[in-house]
Amino acid sequence: MFPTPIEKRPRSAQITYQTLLPIALLMWLLPLIAVMMFSMRPLTDFTQGNYWGLPSSFEMFTNYGKVFFESDMPRYMWNSILITVPTVIGAVALSCMTGFALGIYRFNGNLLIFFMFIAGNFVPFQILMVPVRDLTVSAGLYDTKLGLVLFHIAFQTGFCTLFMRNFIRALPKELIEAARVEGVAEWRIFWFVVLPLMRPAIAALSVLIFTFIWNDYFWAIVLTQGPDAQPVTAGITSFNSQFVAQYHLMSAGSIVAALPPVLMFFLMQKHFIAGLTLGAVK
Amino acid sequence: MTDVTAPAVATPRSQRPKGWYKRNEIAVTPWLFLIPGILFFSVYVIIPIFQSFYVSLFEWNGLGDIAEQGEFVGMQNYAELVGDRNFEISLWNNLKWLLLYLLAIPAGLFIALFLNQTVVGIRLYKSLFFFPFVISQVVVGLVFSWFYLPNVGLLNVILQFFGFESVNFLGDPDVATYAIIAAGLWPQTAYAMILYLTGLNAVDPEQIEAARLDGAKGHKMLWYVILPQLRPATFIAFVVTIIGALRSFDLISIMTNGGPFGSTRVLSFYMFEKALSEYGFRMGYGSAIAVVLFLIMLVFIGYFLYSMWRDEREARH
Repeated sequence: MFPTPIEKRPRSAQITYQTLLPIALLMWLLPLIAVMMFSMRPLTDFTQGNYWGLPSSFEMFTNYGKVFFESDMPRYMWNSILITVPTVIGAVALSCMTGFALGIYRFNGNLLIFFMFIAGNFVPFQILMVPVRDLTVSAGLYDTKLGLVLFHIAFQTGFCTLFMRNFIRALPKELIEAARVEGVAEWRIFWFVVLPLMRPAIAALSVLIFTFIWNDYFWAIVLTQGPDAQPVTAGITSFNSQFVAQYHLMSAGSIVAALPPVLMFFLMQKHFIAGLTLGAVK
Repeated sequence: MTDVTAPAVATPRSQRPKGWYKRNEIAVTPWLFLIPGILFFSVYVIIPIFQSFYVSLFEWNGLGDIAEQGEFVGMQNYAELVGDRNFEISLWNNLKWLLLYLLAIPAGLFIALFLNQTVVGIRLYKSLFFFPFVISQVVVGLVFSWFYLPNVGLLNVILQFFGFESVNFLGDPDVATYAIIAAGLWPQTAYAMILYLTGLNAVDPEQIEAARLDGAKGHKMLWYVILPQLRPATFIAFVVTIIGALRSFDLISIMTNGGPFGSTRVLSFYMFEKALSEYGFRMGYGSAIAVVLFLIMLVFIGYFLYSMWRDEREARH
């Protein structure tokens, strides 16, 4: 292991390390801690300039209650869910299929199609913006959740295909050969042999795509407007203009908006990291 | 007479006459599985790239059909870019983003080395260090704009405590871009860190022992023994950091909206402003900016694909 395990170092080094850890973490998360402290103060603290002293009262529940019951925030959150969940299902479904086709079969153009998916996944959003917006408007899907979902599914298929194909590539070839010798139909091989083995990849991709889509901002402002379809990342800006300079509410609102992916991460940590670091180890 | 004829009933499956699909199953199946994915991806990603090239040759406000409402101007949009001061600023800022964003890689490595221990609670520490990456860039932007607030923001409170003057980080044209990049480095460093932690986990312990016996330690060990083994992690960190730097949009939009005096614009943001915001609906000009950004990105994409193709070829032999 590198660096040298701390237990093999002198006692003094161990103590230094143990005290340094929480200090480093505190400094690393300082901006976030500041916002959490904001979200627990009453408004009067800010108007009187008491930003960092002791709060004059503890208003955490009032502030978060306001966000949940007296603003459009729950609507934006619900929109985000209705955009994110179908996208995850759609992108994972499509890429299970493309990944299977590209990972199992040898045919002309296999690598070319695979590289098309990878390259497309890297392009800047702006090169797609005008045509995609035009397409969405002329299909009557502007400012609808469906318009956003369809685009997200299509775009995420690039990354998901890369992921799935590489995962399927690493599966033991003998399994498929054996099934073929038995005369099992190809689609049955997909459904009964490969798909069950892909469960960890599906889990990893689902949490990743959930986070990516939940956090998307650019497409939300390009393809939607207003609280009917806008997800929470775009909604938070209107929320903030509604509560201008009311830092206690703005900070509570942003924490609420950030929470679902954070929960997802802490609940599914193993899958999340497995997904993100795919390829980081040979 | 009867004993020579083979039993006609039990023809093996493989000799039974087959339909066209059954005969070509192996060749046809991959395409059946690819069709939905390729269709979606072409309509929303591949074709729009070419359409943007086309739109960039027009003067068009986005209303109606481009062939009817738009005016063909050829390369004029690109000619206009050359003399556009704001385009120049954006381009320079993109360069700053690219170079400074790469700091996330050594910073991530540093934190990963710091956290690669097995003390009690280290797993929680790793998760908490990683967790800025999970937060949306919009919220990161908000968090940092409050952190940077002049006089009352926590950073300025700390600076003043140590006797410095309060700095208006996002209001000063000379500082604002760097302040935004610093905010962007926060989640990006977390990403590089997790890549390196995973990489460090897989470093071959025997090689380390062997190098230790040879007297290698500290930064020499890191440079000659550890880093070469971390190459896959470094490659991915490079890819995601460069893509992330050129995609920067959310933070700028949230923290400064391109200001003060347009000093924090980058190409992705400037394109959006030209095409979709109150600065006018110039789809053609916006697309021309997007094409330039795309061509810059294409250099990197080409390099990434080349590296991956090389690995593919090696894997096959």
